[in-house]
Amino acid sequence: MEIGIDSFAVIMPGPDGRMQTPQERMDALLQEIELADRVGLDAFGVGEHHRAEFVDSAPTIIMAAGAARTKTIRLNSAVSVLSAVDPVRLFQQFATLDLISKGRVEIVAGRGSFVDAYPLFGLDLHDYDALFAENLDLLLKLREESHPHWQGKFRPALTGQGVFPRPVQKELPIWIGVGGTPQSFLRAGLLGLPLMVAIIGGTFRRFRPLVDLYRRAGAEAGHAPEKLKVALHAFGYVAETSQGARDEAYPPWSYMMSNLAKERGYIDASRRQFDAMAAPGGAFMVGSPEEVAAKMLGASDDLGGLSRITFQMSGAAGNPVAMRRSIELLGTKVAPIVRAAATPRVAAPVA
Amino acid sequence: MDQSAPFPDQPGSVRTVGILGAGRVGTAVARQALPGGYAVALGTAKPPEDIELIVSFTAPGAVAKTAEDVIAGADLVILAIPLSHYRDLARHDFGGRIVIDAMNYWPPVDGTMAEFEGEESSSEVVQRLLPDARIVRALNHIGYHELEENALPPGAAGRQALALAGDDPAARAAVAEFLDRLGYDPVDAGPLRAARFFGAGFPLFGTRLDRAEMTAALHALRPAVAAGA
Repeated sequence: MEIGIDSFAVIMPGPDGRMQTPQERMDALLQEIELADRVGLDAFGVGEHHRAEFVDSAPTIIMAAGAARTKTIRLNSAVSVLSAVDPVRLFQQFATLDLISKGRVEIVAGRGSFVDAYPLFGLDLHDYDALFAENLDLLLKLREESHPHWQGKFRPALTGQGVFPRPVQKELPIWIGVGGTPQSFLRAGLLGLPLMVAIIGGTFRRFRPLVDLYRRAGAEAGHAPEKLKVALHAFGYVAETSQGARDEAYPPWSYMMSNLAKERGYIDASRRQFDAMAAPGGAFMVGSPEEVAAKMLGASDDLGGLSRITFQMSGAAGNPVAMRRSIELLGTKVAPIVRAAATPRVAAPVA
Repeated sequence: MDQSAPFPDQPGSVRTVGILGAGRVGTAVARQALPGGYAVALGTAKPPEDIELIVSFTAPGAVAKTAEDVIAGADLVILAIPLSHYRDLARHDFGGRIVIDAMNYWPPVDGTMAEFEGEESSSEVVQRLLPDARIVRALNHIGYHELEENALPPGAAGRQALALAGDDPAARAAVAEFLDRLGYDPVDAGPLRAARFFGAGFPLFGTRLDRAEMTAALHALRPAVAAGA
C-alpha cells in the first residue's frame, strides 16, 4: 500500500494565535513536500481552492516547485476542479509537470468541496456534472492522442490541432476523486479509472457498498481488476502518543470546521465528535504511529483492499514544526509497519 | 397518534415508498426504509437500467423504475434530487400523493437560485410548483449518513427527533409514522411555512436533538409553530 499526504495549503493561525502569511504557508508547504520525499512517502497531493484562506489556486505551479526539489515522490492534484478548467490547458500543464518531474505526476479529477471556481470562471454550477463528464471525456482523449478530433457542448471542437508536450509516462495517471455520490463511483468504474475516495467523517465501512459498486461496474465494463485501484483520502495526523495527537489535531480541525459551519449554516462540531472519529472504527487516522498504522490496515480491509492512503493533514498547517514531525513519523514509524503488514489485496467484486 | 407505541406489525397507510433521486440522500433513505417494512422503488431522469447497478449495491432489496412508475406505484413519494433540478418535477403527475420534500437550498454547495433567496422555505416554492402533491418537508435537517447511524427503536433513550411541516394534516400524520418507522421521533411543526425554521442556517439544521429539545427549539424560533397547529 502506498502512503501519501494531501495538502490544501490552508492559511490558519498557529499555536500562538498569529495568522500565517501566504508566503510563510507556501514556504512551509514546499518544505513539507521535500520532507515527505526524504522520509520515503509515496505521494504528495496539492489541493485547488479559489478563496482567501488558501494559497493553492494554481496547484500545478506549486507542484512544479515541489517536483524540482524532490527525487522519487509522486505528485498529484487533490483535486483538480475538472469541471471548471479547459482540459487542453490542464493536460498541457500536467504533461509539462511530467517532464519536470521525470514521470512522477498524476491528475486526480473531481468537483472539489467548494464552488468558488464556477462563478470565477463564468460557469453555471448547475452544469457541473455535464461539464465534468465532457471535460473528462476530452482529457482522456488527450491522453491517448496528440492530434485529437473531438466535439463537445461547452468547448470549441478540436479538429486535429496538436496538443504538446507529450508526457513522459505512457499513460499519465488520471484518478477520479469522489465523495459519496453513487453515480460518481459508477462512472469511474465504467471508465476503468482509478478511484480516490474522500472520507471525511463517519466510518470507512459505510463506503464499502459504493466501492463494491465501482469494482463491479468496472468488471462488467471489461476492465482488468488491477486497473480498478482504490485509494482513500482521509483526515490524519500522527504524534508520539495517542493523546498528544488528538490534543494537537483538534484545535486546527475545530477552527476549520467552525468556519465551514458558519458559512454552510450548520452547527459547529464538537471535541466529542472529533474523539469519536479518532477512536477505532472512526474515519480519522489520528494517533500514535502504531494506532494510525492499525487504522490504515483496518481501512483497507473495510474497503476491500486499498492501493494508497493519503492523509489530509491540513489540520496541522498552522504549526509547521508539528506538521513536519508528523510527516517524519508517517515516513519513519507508520510506513514500515504498514508496508510489512500489507501486501496489496484486490477484492473480487461482491455479487 | 400515540408516538410511544411500538411498531405495529404492518405499516399503516403507507406501504410503498417511491424515491426520486438515487444519489446520497435517495439511497440512504431507501436503505433505512427497507428494514422498516416498506417496498421501495427509486427512479431518476435516466432509464431504470442506468441506475440498476447503483440500486442493487447501495439499497439491496429496492427496485429501479422510471420516475413515472415510481410515482404511480407509491403511497409516499420522496423528493431526493438536487434542488437545482426541481423544475423537472413539474412534468410529473403526483395525483394528490403525499410527498416528502427532502431537498435543501444550500447556496455554498449548490449555487444561488433567485426564487429561493426569500424568507420562505424552499418547500413552499416546491409546493406551488406541484399543486397536485401534498408536500411535507422532512428529512432535510439530518445528514444522509446520520440517518442510518442515529436510528433507534421507539422509546429508546436519547432517540433523535426529526421535524416535519406541511399544510395537509393527514399527510403530516402519515409522514410522522414513516419517520417513526425509520427510527426517529417525529415532531410535527405544523404548516409548511414552519419548514423555514429547520432549513440551513437555523440552529436545528444538522443538530442532534431529542423530541423535547426539538419541540423547545421550535417554540423558541416561533411559539406558534411547535404546537402543530
